[in-house]
Amino acid sequence: MSEFIQQLINGIAWGSIYALIALGYTMVYGVLRLINFAHGDVYMVGAFAGFFASRWLGIAQKPTFLGILLVFLISMLVCACLGVIIERGVYKPLRKAPRLTVLIAAIGVSLFLENAGQLIFGADPKFFPQIIPKKDLISSGGVILTNQQTMVVGISLLLMALLQLFIMRTKTGKAMRAVSFNREAASLMGIATDNIITITFVIGSALAGAAAILVALTNPKIEPLMGIMPGIKAFVAAVLGGIGNIPGAMLGGMIMGIAEVMVVGYLSSTYRDAIAFAILILILLFKPSGLLGAFTGEKV
Amino acid sequence: MKNKKIKRILGLILVLGFLLLVNYYLPSRINPYLFQIIILCGINIMLAVSLNLINGFTGQFSIGHAGFMAIGGYSSAAFTYYLGSGLIKSLSSVVMFGWLAKSIVFVFALFLGGSLAALAGLVVGIPSLRLKGDYLAIATLGFGEIIRVIILNIDAVGAARGFVDIPGYTNLFWVLFFMLLTIVTVRNLVYSTHGRAFLSVREDEVAAEAMGINTTYYKVNAFVIGAFFAGIAGGLFGHYLLYLHTNSFTFMKSIEVIIMVVLGGMGSITGSILAAIILTILPEFLRVVKDYRMVIYSFTLIVLMLTRPQGIFGVEKFSFKKIRNVFLRKV
Repeated sequence: MSEFIQQLINGIAWGSIYALIALGYTMVYGVLRLINFAHGDVYMVGAFAGFFASRWLGIAQKPTFLGILLVFLISMLVCACLGVIIERGVYKPLRKAPRLTVLIAAIGVSLFLENAGQLIFGADPKFFPQIIPKKDLISSGGVILTNQQTMVVGISLLLMALLQLFIMRTKTGKAMRAVSFNREAASLMGIATDNIITITFVIGSALAGAAAILVALTNPKIEPLMGIMPGIKAFVAAVLGGIGNIPGAMLGGMIMGIAEVMVVGYLSSTYRDAIAFAILILILLFKPSGLLGAFTGEKV
Repeated sequence: MKNKKIKRILGLILVLGFLLLVNYYLPSRINPYLFQIIILCGINIMLAVSLNLINGFTGQFSIGHAGFMAIGGYSSAAFTYYLGSGLIKSLSSVVMFGWLAKSIVFVFALFLGGSLAALAGLVVGIPSLRLKGDYLAIATLGFGEIIRVIILNIDAVGAARGFVDIPGYTNLFWVLFFMLLTIVTVRNLVYSTHGRAFLSVREDEVAAEAMGINTTYYKVNAFVIGAFFAGIAGGLFGHYLLYLHTNSFTFMKSIEVIIMVVLGGMGSITGSILAAIILTILPEFLRVVKDYRMVIYSFTLIVLMLTRPQGIFGVEKFSFKKIRNVFLRKV
């Protein structure tokens, strides 16, 4: 039983990460109806940005709260900029193009980032300074809750709460919801859709950057291809929760994380990646609109 | 119409004879490096044309093609590895020539691989009915990965070590033969009633259904046929390299085939052939900048999508009829 709870805790920690990345996917899909394949690689760039930032700030030698905060902010900023560049450079010119073309372009951006990353950063893994020493907070009955896990879950929940507040309570948030509902009608109502779309990318990418730093702080190894699998799994999480639906992305992320940890723990670690796809296919077969999604009928 | 039939059979014999001649004389005349490129070109053409049937003509976005190739490769290799030699021996006592027995077993193995891949195509195709566009893409990607992970866990075909000691039955004749078979089949399929149905599914599925076309049937059909030829390509691949590993069948491989189809023009068989050749040869030229190869590829893909998404040939085709008409007018 205690092992189950332990796995559950691990699963929730991972789930929060997937949730953060999934939010980026789901928001972009909501406004653009586009699956941003490059999102996982933006996450990767965030990790590297944080790596270089921490080197520049000398965090490893003098870990301070301010320093860690700066690393987070720098990573989120870099990711946000990258997101804007991708959006303006590649997705915006293709707004009217058929879906296939945009999809292939997105795959192209993803491949480009991965391979350019391998060229620029070198394909060998780097080690992110482990500035937060691992400490067991609660250790009872075989269940260990570390401070790292608490931090991951805590910061993720904080960011998600902030996002939810932003979407629901601010004018820009309302504009984002309007654009994802019907872009043309929104522009008729006087909403600057291009800017809103850019803001969506900024927020989504920044969240991915935050997720990257959270992961890097707990799993030190970072390498240019690290974004592929989390990217795909986060996408599955977004679909699971209902793509375009923000609470859905959070829920989906949690379920994905828990499911993956359970499969690895109880079945076999070789099926770790396959479980994500299995979940995807199951959900697409039985409830394609996702757990929290709404079914929009097919218009002729 | 006996004349036509005789002409057809004669034509077939001529082509086969030509292929046999090429297979006999060519390998010794050219250096092995060039030979390898030709073989790989042939295999890539098969992959590109079969994928074009699914993606280009039927408009179903499938990025799991490497999975079909893997199934075809592994199953045919397993067949020849475990059952092959025994079968050849028993066949040799029935059939006169040893090479005939070998060929029969090889072709059977390839068809087995293709059929199993086609079965996988069926499994992948059926969920595709409920999925559109991006979702279908991810689902096929998922299937490709699941297939790969399953094969990775089967010990009898080498699991993580890879499948070694595959008998080397692939030669130029078989590669060219199956390549031509793929091209001719897909081409004939597309310029037939079936082909119209495929195209209608691509253009406007709702309208096609309204016209009474069973879109379900045709979508699954495209997957099954495309997968079949991908499976044969996989079989040829395995029996050429004499070694198989699941690392050759990741979604990167699927994406490479997609790039071929997109570059050549979705819906253009000629385009796929050309693009497959270009994209097989290009890495050799780019060997100088080997590290930059994938960066150049992906960048080219983005630029291609931004500037000319219909690829080199768009939806045009190379037509024998046009050429024949030119000759006939001259006569």
